[in-house]
Amino acid sequence: MQQLEIKNLRVAIGENEIIRDLSLSVGLGELHAVMGPNGSGKSTLAKVIAGHPDYKVTSGEVFMDGENLFELEPDERARKGLFLAFQYPSEVPGVTIANFLRAAMQARLPEGEELEATDYYAKLYEKMDLLEIDRSFTSRAVNEGFSGGEKKRCEILQMAMLDPRYAVLDETDSGLDIDALKVVANGVNSLRGPNLGVLLITHYQRLLNYIVPDFVHVMVQGRIVRSGGKELALELEEKGYDLIRDHAEEPVAA
Amino acid sequence: MSNGTAVLEEVTQTPAVKSTITSSPQEGADDLPLWFQQQREQGWREFSTMPNPTRKDQAWRFSNVDALDLSPYRFANAPSDDEQVEILERSAMLNGKSGRLIFANDQLLERDALPESLRKAGVIFQPLERALIEHEDLVRKHFMTQPAVLGSAKFAALHRAQVRAGAFIYVPRAVELELPIEIFHWLVDENAAVFPHLLLVADELSKITVIEHFRSFDQTAPGFACGVNDLIAGRGAMVKYICAQRWNENVTALQINATTVERDASAMSLNLHLGGSYSRFESLSRLVGEGARSDLLAVAVAHRKQEFDARTLQDHVSPHTASDLLYKNALDDRARTTFGGLIRVEPHAHFTDAYQKVRNLLLSDDAEANSMPGLEILADNVRCTHGATSGQIDEDELFYLRTRGIPVKVAQHLIVTGFLNEVVQRLDQAAIATHLHRLIEQKFASGAD
Repeated sequence: MQQLEIKNLRVAIGENEIIRDLSLSVGLGELHAVMGPNGSGKSTLAKVIAGHPDYKVTSGEVFMDGENLFELEPDERARKGLFLAFQYPSEVPGVTIANFLRAAMQARLPEGEELEATDYYAKLYEKMDLLEIDRSFTSRAVNEGFSGGEKKRCEILQMAMLDPRYAVLDETDSGLDIDALKVVANGVNSLRGPNLGVLLITHYQRLLNYIVPDFVHVMVQGRIVRSGGKELALELEEKGYDLIRDHAEEPVAA
Repeated sequence: MSNGTAVLEEVTQTPAVKSTITSSPQEGADDLPLWFQQQREQGWREFSTMPNPTRKDQAWRFSNVDALDLSPYRFANAPSDDEQVEILERSAMLNGKSGRLIFANDQLLERDALPESLRKAGVIFQPLERALIEHEDLVRKHFMTQPAVLGSAKFAALHRAQVRAGAFIYVPRAVELELPIEIFHWLVDENAAVFPHLLLVADELSKITVIEHFRSFDQTAPGFACGVNDLIAGRGAMVKYICAQRWNENVTALQINATTVERDASAMSLNLHLGGSYSRFESLSRLVGEGARSDLLAVAVAHRKQEFDARTLQDHVSPHTASDLLYKNALDDRARTTFGGLIRVEPHAHFTDAYQKVRNLLLSDDAEANSMPGLEILADNVRCTHGATSGQIDEDELFYLRTRGIPVKVAQHLIVTGFLNEVVQRLDQAAIATHLHRLIEQKFASGAD
C-alpha cells in the first residue's frame, strides 16, 4: 500500500497518555491537514512518527508503504523517505547548511559512492532560488541565529533537497509573517505531486488558504474527532475548536 | 628500515645515546654571545634548584605531575638521511607561504627563505642560532623577557638552559606579510627531547601570521617537548599565531606562551592540541597599551587516556583594552582536561572589556573536564564575563540530524566538529582553517580504530 498509515496509535509520556487510539492514513499524492487546539497532541504525533526517543508508544503502529516504522531507527525512516519539518528546529552550531545537507544526501547513497559536488550545488541553488533564500545562507550554521521565517524556509529547503515520499510538516506556519508564509506555502506547493504524501499539522486555518488540503482532520485530546474535505477548515475557523470539542464522544480526562 | 644494509649502516653510526636533558648544558657553544651563554647557565641553576611541581600548587591542581619525570629523555642525533627525506615530504602543508623552517630533533633540516621583496623590506626570518649572531641586539632585547607566571617557571628555566632550535621573526614598521610563515618541529627518536623556541617581534603597524606544527615522526615513540613562544605585537600591529600540536600520544609536552600587545595592536592565537599523553599549555596575554586586543583561542580533542592541561592569564595593564578567550575541548574515553584561567584587571586599567569562555563536550561518561575560571579586578568601570560549561551532545540536536537520514555516528561527528569549528572559524584564514579541520578529522579517524 502506498500510504503512511497510522493505526490505533497510543502514546504516553510517563503516566500521561497524549495520543489515544488515533488512526489516520495519508496516501501518496495526498495532502492531509491535521488541525487542533494547543495541547491536542499534534506535535507529539509528528515526533512519534519520526522516532523521537522521549515518547513511549504503548500500542498501535505506523506503516510507511507497508513497512512498520517502529522497527526502524529515526535515520533509517528518513532514508526510506520520511521527512519531518520541525516546529522548533534545533540549532547545530558550527555546521553549515551546505555541509549538513551534504551529509544528509551522502547518507542516502550506497556505501563507497561519493556525492557529486557539482550536481549537489546545482540542485541546492535551484531550491534556494525557489524559496527565495540568499546564496550566502549555505555557509551559515544550521538554524543558528536564524529568524523564525528563516528557520521554516530552511526546513522546506531540506525537504526540497531530500525528496521524501511522506512529509510531516509540524506547525510550519508558526512564527511567520504573511510574506514569509506565502514563500513557504509556495515552496510546499511546488513539491506537491503524485509522489509525495503530506501530513500538515497546524493550529490556524490561515495556512490552508495558501496550501489547500485534500483532507482535513480535527484532533482533540489525542484523537481525531472529525474528518472531512477542505471546507471543514473553514467551518472550524467559523465555529472554533470549542464547538467541535463539545461533539467529542468521550469526556476529557483530568 | 627494511633491508639489511641499512641496519648495518645504523650499527656503524655513533650510538644514539647522548647526554640526558637533566644534566647540565653542553659545552661547545662558544660561538654564541656571552649574554646568551650566561642565560643558559642561569636557566640551568634555576632549573636545578626549583622544586618539582606538586598538585598542592594551585597552578598544578588536577594536573598529572607524575608525567613530568624527565629522566628518560635525552638529546637525539639528527635523523638519518632516509628519515630526513620522509620528514621533508611530510612537512608540505600550506601551498602559499612566505617562508618555512623545518627542525627535527632540534636540528635544522630545511630552510625556505623569504622572498626577495620581504628581505629587502627588512623582514627577518632566521633560525634562532643564526639570529643570535646576526641580530644579537634585537634578539637580546626580547628574548624570554616575560617570566613564566602560570606554574612552569622551572620548565621555562630548563628551556632557557637547553634551547638550541627555533625561529626568530622580525617584521619592520608597516610591513605586511600576505602569506603565513610556517615552522615545523619534529620529534624523531625514542625518548628524544626538543626545546622549540619562537620569538616573533612585529613592529608598529606590521602584519603577520605564523603557524607552528609540532609533529612526531613515529606514531608511538615516547618523547618530550618543552617549547616557548613569545609574541610581541608593536603599536597597531596585527599578529596571528597558530599552533598545530600533533605529537604522538606518548609524548609529554609543555608549551609556554607570552604575548605582549602594545597600543592599538591586536594579537590572535589559536592553539590546536591533538597529541601528547600529557600536554600542558600556558598562555599569558599582556595588554600593555591602550586599545590593545588579544584573542585567545584553543581547541583540544582528547581521547583514550590523554590529558590536556591549559592555564591562562589575560592581564589587562592599560585602560581600554580587550581580551576574548574561547577554549573548547571535546573529550572521549577516559580523557581529562583541565582549564585554569584568570582575567586580571590591574589598577588604572579602566574600561577593560574581558571575556572568557570554556566549553567542554563530554563524549563519554568516563571523561573528566575540570574548569577553574577566575577574575581579579582592581580597576573600576570594567566589563568582565567568564563562564565554563560542560555537557554532552544535546539529544534534540542529535534527533534533528537523524531525522535527515544521517546515521548516529556521522551525526555525532558532525556535531562535535561543528562545536570545534566555531573556534577555528574565528581565525578567518581559510587555508589554515582547512588544514586544521583536516588534522581534527584525522584525529577522530584515529580514535575510531
